[in-house]
Amino acid sequence: MNVAVVKTGTERRLSDVFALARGRLPGDGRVAEVRQAAIEAYERLGLPHRRIEEWKYTDLRALMREVLPLAPMPDAAALARAREALSSVAMAGAQKLVLVDGVFVPELSDLGASEQGVSVRTLREILDNAGNAARADLLLSEASDAMISLNAAMAADGVVISVADGAELKTPIHIVHVAVASQASAFTRSHVRIGNGARATLVESFAAAGAARGYQAHDAVVVSVGDQAELEHVRLMADASDAVNITSDIITIGARSKLNLFNMTRGGAVSRFQGFIKMAGEGSELSANGVNLLKGTQHGDTTLVVDHAVPHCTSREIFRAVLDDRAHSVFQGRIIVRPGAQKTDGKMMTRALLLSDESEADNKPELEIFADDVTCGHGATSGALDETLLFYLRARGLSEKEAQALLIQAFLGEAIEQIGNDELREFASSVAQHWLEARA
Amino acid sequence: MPLLEVKNLQVRVEDREILHGLTLTVNVGEIHAIMGPNGSGKSTLSHVIAGKPGYEVTGGEVLFKGEDLLAMAPDERAAKGVFLAFQYPVEIPGVATMTFLRTALNAQRKARGESEYSTPDFLRKVREVAKSLNIPQDMLKRGVNVGFSGGEKKRNEILQMALFEPSLCILDEMDSGLDIDALRIAADGVNALRSPDRGMVVITHYQRLLNYIVPDFVHVMSRGRVVKSGGKDLALELEESGYAQFDDAA
Repeated sequence: MNVAVVKTGTERRLSDVFALARGRLPGDGRVAEVRQAAIEAYERLGLPHRRIEEWKYTDLRALMREVLPLAPMPDAAALARAREALSSVAMAGAQKLVLVDGVFVPELSDLGASEQGVSVRTLREILDNAGNAARADLLLSEASDAMISLNAAMAADGVVISVADGAELKTPIHIVHVAVASQASAFTRSHVRIGNGARATLVESFAAAGAARGYQAHDAVVVSVGDQAELEHVRLMADASDAVNITSDIITIGARSKLNLFNMTRGGAVSRFQGFIKMAGEGSELSANGVNLLKGTQHGDTTLVVDHAVPHCTSREIFRAVLDDRAHSVFQGRIIVRPGAQKTDGKMMTRALLLSDESEADNKPELEIFADDVTCGHGATSGALDETLLFYLRARGLSEKEAQALLIQAFLGEAIEQIGNDELREFASSVAQHWLEARA
Repeated sequence: MPLLEVKNLQVRVEDREILHGLTLTVNVGEIHAIMGPNGSGKSTLSHVIAGKPGYEVTGGEVLFKGEDLLAMAPDERAAKGVFLAFQYPVEIPGVATMTFLRTALNAQRKARGESEYSTPDFLRKVREVAKSLNIPQDMLKRGVNVGFSGGEKKRNEILQMALFEPSLCILDEMDSGLDIDALRIAADGVNALRSPDRGMVVITHYQRLLNYIVPDFVHVMSRGRVVKSGGKDLALELEESGYAQFDDAA
C-alpha cells in the first residue's frame, strides 16, 4: 500500500536543497550515510508546525515559508564585507573563530592565539578525514528534533573545540557567525568539549554584514562539560531584521560542574533558540537565562529542556522578554526529573513586558517529575509597565521615555545580572540600552 | 506673585466629581496645612497638582508662579520645582536608589538648562543629606524603597525633597503609618527645609503632625472644597470638635 505524504512546497524545496548541496558537503562513506539517515529522519518528521507540541507557537511551515539554497563559498568581496561587520561584533581579548555564510574563515580568525590546552579544528576537516573512524559521530546527537536532523544532514562546517582537562582559560572563545549572502542559508554545527576540571567562557554571536537580507542561519552546538568543570556560554543573536535563525544547543553536564548559559535575541524576523541540557552527573549546577528584545513583527522563541537525569543537581532559569509593536515572544521551559533523580532543585521564572497592545507573549512551563523528593517550581507573568511606578518617576522629573527605559532596564537586569563575565554583562546591558534608545 | 494659585478647581474621576470648586493660594515662605476627613478630596488635590493621570479637570485653574500648571507634563512640573511627597512611596525593584536619585536630579537640571552634577559633587550632596536624615549608606544601594520600613520610605521622600530643592512641597499624609520617633525624624527633615523661598502644603488627617510641622495657615476640606480657613489654632479646634460639623456646612 502506498501512503501519500502530503508535503508543503517548503518541504519539497528542502529535499531539493539537500540533493543540490550533497556534492558540496564534506565527508563520504559513513558520514554520507549518516547524512542520508538524517535527511530521511527529517523527512519523516517534516518541517515543524503548530500541531507538533514542541513547536506549537513557532509554526515554521507558516513562518519560514521557503527554504533557501546553501550560500555560495564566500569570495574575496564577501570576506571584505564580513571583516567590516566583525569590527562591531568582536570582543577585545577574545579568541575569535569566524564562520562566514557557514564556512570557517581562518584568515579572519585568531587561530594562532589559542591558549594552552585549547585545540580548535574545523568540522569540515574532520569530516573529510577518512582516517578518523569516529568522524561521523559529529553529526549524531541524542535529541530527536526535525531541525536538528536537518542540521546533521546539511552541516557544511563549524568549529570543533576541545579544552583539555584542568585548563583554566583566561580569555573567552568567541564563535562569530557572519551572514554576507542574501536569500541563502548557512548550516553550521560545532562541538565544544570542556575537560574535567577545566574552566572556559564561550561566546557565540550572530550578525549580518551590511547588505545581507533574507538569509537563514541554521546552527547546532554540541557541548559536553566534564566533571568539576565550569563553562559560561553566552549567545548574542543580532541577525538582520528579515533573517531566520534556528539554533540548537545540545549540552551534557558531568558531575560537580557548573554551566552558566545566557541567550539574548534581538535580531531576526523569525528565530528559535532551543537548548537541550542534560544534567548527567551528580552535584552540578545549571543557570540558564535569557532576554528577548523584539519589535516590529519579530518572532523570537526560546525553548529550554532541562533533563535532570541524576540526583542532587540544581537548575535555575530566568527569562525576560520586552516586546513592542506586533512582536511575538515564546518561552517554553520544560524541566524533566527522571526516576531516581532525588534532591533535584529546579526553578524557572519567565516574565514578559508588553509595550504595545498588539505584542504577544506565550509562556509555557512544563514540569515532568518522576521522583518524589524534589523541589521544583515555576512562575510566569506578562503585562504592561506599572503605571504607578511610571508616574512616580515622572513626578521626580524623568520624561516618559526615560522612566520607561529605567523600568525596562530594571526588568531585564535580573536576567542580565546572571552573566558572570564583567565585559559580557556590560555588553548585554549596553545592547539593551541601545535597543531602548532606538525606540525613543 | 503667589507661588501656587488654585482657583475654583473642579475635578472628576471617571463619572464622579471629587473637587467642586476648590480655591487655595500659597505664597513662598508659607506652610499651609490641609485637613479633612477621608474622602474629602485632599489626596486628589495633591495628585492633580503633581499631574497624576486619571483625573479630569472640568473647571478652574492651577497656576504655579503664574504659569498654567495643568498644561505641563508631570516631569515638567518637577523640573519647575513642584514636589509631591507620596503617601505611599512605590517600590522599584532593580533600580538602585543612588541611580534613581542621580537620574532624577540630572533630568530636572537638564530640563532647566543647568549642567549635570559631577559624580563627586552628587555623592557629597547625597551623603550629607542622608546623614542628616539618619539614612544609612547601604539603604541607598538597595532598590528604591525595596524592603524599606514605612519610616524609611517617608525619609527617602524627604531625602529627595532636600536633594531636588523644589520651591513647592506637597506632603501627602506624611504621618500615615509612622510611629512617633519616625514621625519626629521626618518632621525635623521637613522643618530643615523651611525657607523664605519655598512654600509647603501639608496634607493630613490628624492634628498630631502639626505639633511637629507648625503651619502658618490651616484649611479644612470637606466634600471637595475648602470649608474653613484659619491660623494654626484651627487645627486644635478640630481635634476637639472633629470634622462632623463641616459635613453640614459643605
